[in-house]
Amino acid sequence: MMPDLHLWLIPLLPLAGAAINGLLGKRFSRGVVTAVALTFCGAAFVMALWVAAQVFFSSLPLPHIENVATWLRSGDFSVDYSFALDQLSLVMLLVVTGVGFLIHIYSVGYMWTEGGFYRFFSYLNLFMFFMLTLVLASNYLLMFIGWEGVGLASYLLIGFWFTRDSAAAAGKKAFIVNRIGDFGFLIALFLMIKHFGSLDFQTVFDAAKPYAAETSGIGFLTAIALLLMVGACGKSAQIPLYVWLPDAMEGPTPVSALIHAATMVTAGVYMVARSHVIFEHAPSAMMVVAIIGTLTAFFAATIGIAQTDIKKVLAYSTVSQLGYMFMACGVGAFSAGIFHLMTHAFFKGLLFLAAGSVIHAVGGEQDMRKMGGLWKKIPWTWITMLIATCAIAGIPFLSGFYSKDEILWRAYQMNWVYWLVGVTTAFMTSFYMFRLMFMTFAGEYRGTAESHEPADHAGPLDAGAPAPHGHGHGGIHESPWVMLGPLVILALLSICGGWIGAHRIEQFLSPATGSVQTVAEPSAAAESALGPPASSPAEESGRETLLTGVSVAAGLLGLLLAWLLYSRMPGLPDRIAASAQGLYSAVANKYWIDELYATILVKPLIGISRVVFWRTVDQGLIDGTLHASADSARELSDEVRHMQSGNLRSYAGWIAIGATAVIAYMVWVGTR
Amino acid sequence: MVPLSLYLVLSAILFACGVTGFLIKRNIITIFMSIELMLNGVNLSFVAFAAKWQNLSGQVFVFFVMVVAAAEAAVGLAIIIAVFRTRGTLNIDQVNLLKL
Repeated sequence: MMPDLHLWLIPLLPLAGAAINGLLGKRFSRGVVTAVALTFCGAAFVMALWVAAQVFFSSLPLPHIENVATWLRSGDFSVDYSFALDQLSLVMLLVVTGVGFLIHIYSVGYMWTEGGFYRFFSYLNLFMFFMLTLVLASNYLLMFIGWEGVGLASYLLIGFWFTRDSAAAAGKKAFIVNRIGDFGFLIALFLMIKHFGSLDFQTVFDAAKPYAAETSGIGFLTAIALLLMVGACGKSAQIPLYVWLPDAMEGPTPVSALIHAATMVTAGVYMVARSHVIFEHAPSAMMVVAIIGTLTAFFAATIGIAQTDIKKVLAYSTVSQLGYMFMACGVGAFSAGIFHLMTHAFFKGLLFLAAGSVIHAVGGEQDMRKMGGLWKKIPWTWITMLIATCAIAGIPFLSGFYSKDEILWRAYQMNWVYWLVGVTTAFMTSFYMFRLMFMTFAGEYRGTAESHEPADHAGPLDAGAPAPHGHGHGGIHESPWVMLGPLVILALLSICGGWIGAHRIEQFLSPATGSVQTVAEPSAAAESALGPPASSPAEESGRETLLTGVSVAAGLLGLLLAWLLYSRMPGLPDRIAASAQGLYSAVANKYWIDELYATILVKPLIGISRVVFWRTVDQGLIDGTLHASADSARELSDEVRHMQSGNLRSYAGWIAIGATAVIAYMVWVGTR
Repeated sequence: MVPLSLYLVLSAILFACGVTGFLIKRNIITIFMSIELMLNGVNLSFVAFAAKWQNLSGQVFVFFVMVVAAAEAAVGLAIIIAVFRTRGTLNIDQVNLLKL
């Protein structure tokens, strides 16, 4: 008899918070709203910790499945409302509730002066509910509910300042692009029902295991895997569906940290790792995943180099890091991907929160060209952001170093091309992150926030708030401790998060992410199946050290270059940009991908909708039929109504004529 | 003995006169009299058939028709007087309140 952990409570607690704040929050004071939101979110976190304690100290058998109710039943097919806890979902659970709770605390300080305070926390709690449903679901359909739900919460929060057109448009863009991915996910679910007759994780995986890996040709397992990957591309902002994530930076910064860096965008990685059985049976789909991940990592990093908006840099950085995670999944190192997911949640969440703190400090300004020299004025933000930057750049002994190194090592074992692109990306990552640091914190202050009055600064943060608010008050200033506290905690996690070690994470995750070839030390047998010719463990370990050295060197080189260009010789970047005009403008304009999509997809679609669906089908066919039937009925009535003149004698005349006709008929019949 | 067909022809003439009067006249009282003429035309054919077939049913029907006609005359004349009092006219074309 398994102990009942009441897993269903974990997602439901934030939902209760969302309902209370959403329905009654308008009448609450900000203090009460804060208390409600933090209580329910914190309760979910405490419960997650308690569950983790059960697993680690009471050796709860995993996977632990709790069936709450039957949701759908139709013939042989049924879907349960049930939750599953295994090593994978436990890691995700802790990351989501932990980072989520910290960001809730931070948001209290960040959003305090904004309008719609209760609405913000209601949405934030709603997001937690859906994200936890996604993570804890024990079947694909329940996961899909969470998957769609986080998309909804993301839409609501991106468009939080809905009076601003750009925010509303960004919300719609995120929603529509996600819908394309969700469509792929949905078809994958249908294929699963067709071939396995179930959506339960365990049942599907057990049914998929006996199949031979589809090494030659493409079978239904490859189709399912690729369609799942389409869904993951949408949610996790991979090529070709990444375009929504940079625009999503229109939302409040805590939202960017929580949804568009730490948790929701990693849902695709989680889903791919969760479906590892299917992917392992579809090597060509794995290759697609790896290639998409590698390309995304590389291209997003190049775009990140030329961005000037502090949040846009971080957005492209997120896309790039997600690419790393998919690269890891694609080469079969699912646990490495999840490891990077975890460390990324720490340092990228921290980077966004610190960026929010910077934006808060300079009165809503997001353009890095108008910052500079801030390190003296906001030292805590500076030091925490520096830690996170070092972590993402792969500076040794910080969390990002361990996870990125593990991914690159696994990628090298599969194919050295992945590794080469990965290391180049690591170099670029380091470069653009330190560029951000130098532009923001070093040098002389180039902005005008000192002279800003609360009413006239036109930062994007205040557009939706009707009342003058606090982001511009009193010049550059450090954020309150309610914001700095989460920064410090996340900074500590960014330092220590990797010390668990990749191998220990792999061993812990191996029951959930399976993947025989990534478990434990590289043995000769496993290695020979993977890539480079078999070699002795000593050689392997020597090579691993060498590769680690190369990637660290790449990170340091990026730091050095950023220092040279943006601190030592500040005029140089402009001259380089001028000399490589075409390349620079391509990168700065994000390769015109948005424009390309607008030309080949959006405009034809709008054109077809307008001409065919609106003018022809809707106005011509549907409205036409309706109007024609109405018109013909009216015209017929117009003719017939003359019979009812209201003239009594004309009625009598009709009766007489009718009677005559009847009599004539009877006479005719009688005389025949 | 007058043949049956002559009675029927007279009956038809009387009925046709009634119908024509009903259709072309505008005075309510004239129309009312036209209705009486139609009823009596029908009555004539009833008694003619009753005599021809030696059957009393036709005569009984005539009594019924007369009773109904008397009742109708009582009610109808009362209505006509009421109409004249309120409208000040017996022209049927001007008694058209219910007309659309």
